[in-house]
Amino acid sequence: MLAYAVRRVLYTIPVLLGVAALVFLLFHSVGEDPVRVALGTHATPESIAELRAQWGLDKPLALQFVDFLGQIVTFDYGESYNSGEQLSAMFAQGAAVSLWLTVPPFLIGLVINLVFGLLVAYYRGTWFDRLSTGVLIMTMSISYLVYIIGFQYFFAYRLELFPINGYEHGLAGVKYLLLPWIIILTVTAGEDVRMYRTMFLDETQADYVRTARAKGVGEPGVLLGHVLQNALIPIVTYTMVAVPFLVMGAFLMERYFSLPGVGDLMITAINNGDFPVLKGLTMVIAIAYSAMVLLTDLVYAWVDPRVSLR
Amino acid sequence: MTSVTASQEVHRTPLQRGLRQMLRRKVVVFSLFVLALYVLVALAGIFNLLPDYQERIGTGYSPPTTERLALILGTDVFGRSVLYKILAGTETAMLIGAMVPLIAVPIGVALGAIAGYYGGKIDALIVWLFSVISSLPYILIVLAISFVLGKGLIAICVAMGLVGWVGLCRLVRAELIKHREREYVLSSRLLGASDAALIFKHILPNVVHVAIITASLQVLGAIKSEVILTYLGVGIQDGASWGTMISDAAGELVQSIWWPLAGVVLAMFFVIYALNVLGDALRDALDPKLLDR
Repeated sequence: MLAYAVRRVLYTIPVLLGVAALVFLLFHSVGEDPVRVALGTHATPESIAELRAQWGLDKPLALQFVDFLGQIVTFDYGESYNSGEQLSAMFAQGAAVSLWLTVPPFLIGLVINLVFGLLVAYYRGTWFDRLSTGVLIMTMSISYLVYIIGFQYFFAYRLELFPINGYEHGLAGVKYLLLPWIIILTVTAGEDVRMYRTMFLDETQADYVRTARAKGVGEPGVLLGHVLQNALIPIVTYTMVAVPFLVMGAFLMERYFSLPGVGDLMITAINNGDFPVLKGLTMVIAIAYSAMVLLTDLVYAWVDPRVSLR
Repeated sequence: MTSVTASQEVHRTPLQRGLRQMLRRKVVVFSLFVLALYVLVALAGIFNLLPDYQERIGTGYSPPTTERLALILGTDVFGRSVLYKILAGTETAMLIGAMVPLIAVPIGVALGAIAGYYGGKIDALIVWLFSVISSLPYILIVLAISFVLGKGLIAICVAMGLVGWVGLCRLVRAELIKHREREYVLSSRLLGASDAALIFKHILPNVVHVAIITASLQVLGAIKSEVILTYLGVGIQDGASWGTMISDAAGELVQSIWWPLAGVVLAMFFVIYALNVLGDALRDALDPKLLDR
């Protein structure tokens, strides 16, 4: 187990190197020259050269890449081209907002959807099952953006139950996040419940379920005591795989509700050609995601004795 | 069932059996019909048979009436028919839905097959490649690629296609690893079949269901992503798209102009619903684990 863990941790290094190279290449071939954007049309050749040197853009590409790797290791990504702010501080602040936005609905949704999935699996084939499946597919057939527009219009603008947009740091921010949370829960319910239902139903075909029934375990006991435990493995995988989609949702949500999170920083940086922010943030997100995947694999190997630790 | 039909049943491949079972369900047939209708609209658009959505046919923001077909969903800010715009958007959506899997599926199947069949260094390389791509948030890569290629329809299709092969590659690779040591493959190899023949003639037909299911999910994902990418500013810039219409709708809703949004939501609802049902039905019909229930 320890040897596997060490090997698995070491494997993230070449992957992250690849990510760094990809991010570096992508953002160096993208868009306009940041120096010209920053100085505008009245720039003199001297001022261009000076700024270029200040930002380290006059060095050969290979050296710039080494600089970038250094930044990643030290978590010091320099300063934003636009505001001159320290990037590490910007990221930390943005990440706090994004995590506030995504983690609570993720956890609440996990519990609600698992329970609902178990219920639907328990009543499989009945009208309850068919009705929920039908309604859930319908909720999945509407665009994320439409939920955001519709909920904001109806609950915030018409009923005035929530602020329309904005954000405050700390606990006061919760009142701005309630509506986004509700939207995230609504949007993810369909996919999750149906996925959990399938996973539970896959397990109900297994031999151990037949054995449990044969020895007289009641249906709730079979589901809670046997099926739930065994279905946890695919559920862990599925949940972890869903995490990157949280990022996509967060982008949209932060943009729409003016929440100063990572996604909002990112889009602003894209619009301004603020490359240090883009490179740094992408890297931070990729590292966080790789850490998640690493954690899943380790939990996986620990939970499931069938996973071979080659 | 008579013994004759029962024996015929035996001669069908699992694929045919699954598809027949699937077509017995009414909701599946209905979904196929809906999908065919959308494809037809898209084809009409490609051959320039759709009415021009740019033409002004009434005053700006006139609510829906049943006087004329063009006015049945009202008009937009410039007095253009919302219905015609939705039809033009259907063409865009279907093009995206078709192009993304056309790019992603061949790459995913080819790389997955090579990695799974040969193993060793080439496998390590391909696994590394998809680990790298899947470590980056999907939306970031799409944003970056569409900035390299310029904004627009082609860019987002290529971007989504170049990112979309990863999941399929992983699945195909796993299937290939499972199959390559099976008796049927070993015996064909013993008979002198080449690597290419083994992969294409013998193994891939056994994993084709994975590709079909993934492709059906990608069509749906691509159509949904277009809306989000367009809102974020990297999607369709010129021409009609559902994404542009939905993005515009936020401002209109506050002025109680609900019909452009209602129209697009309905148009999108039916096709996504149909694709969801078909995706499910395909999975039920083609997944061998579920076949003999």
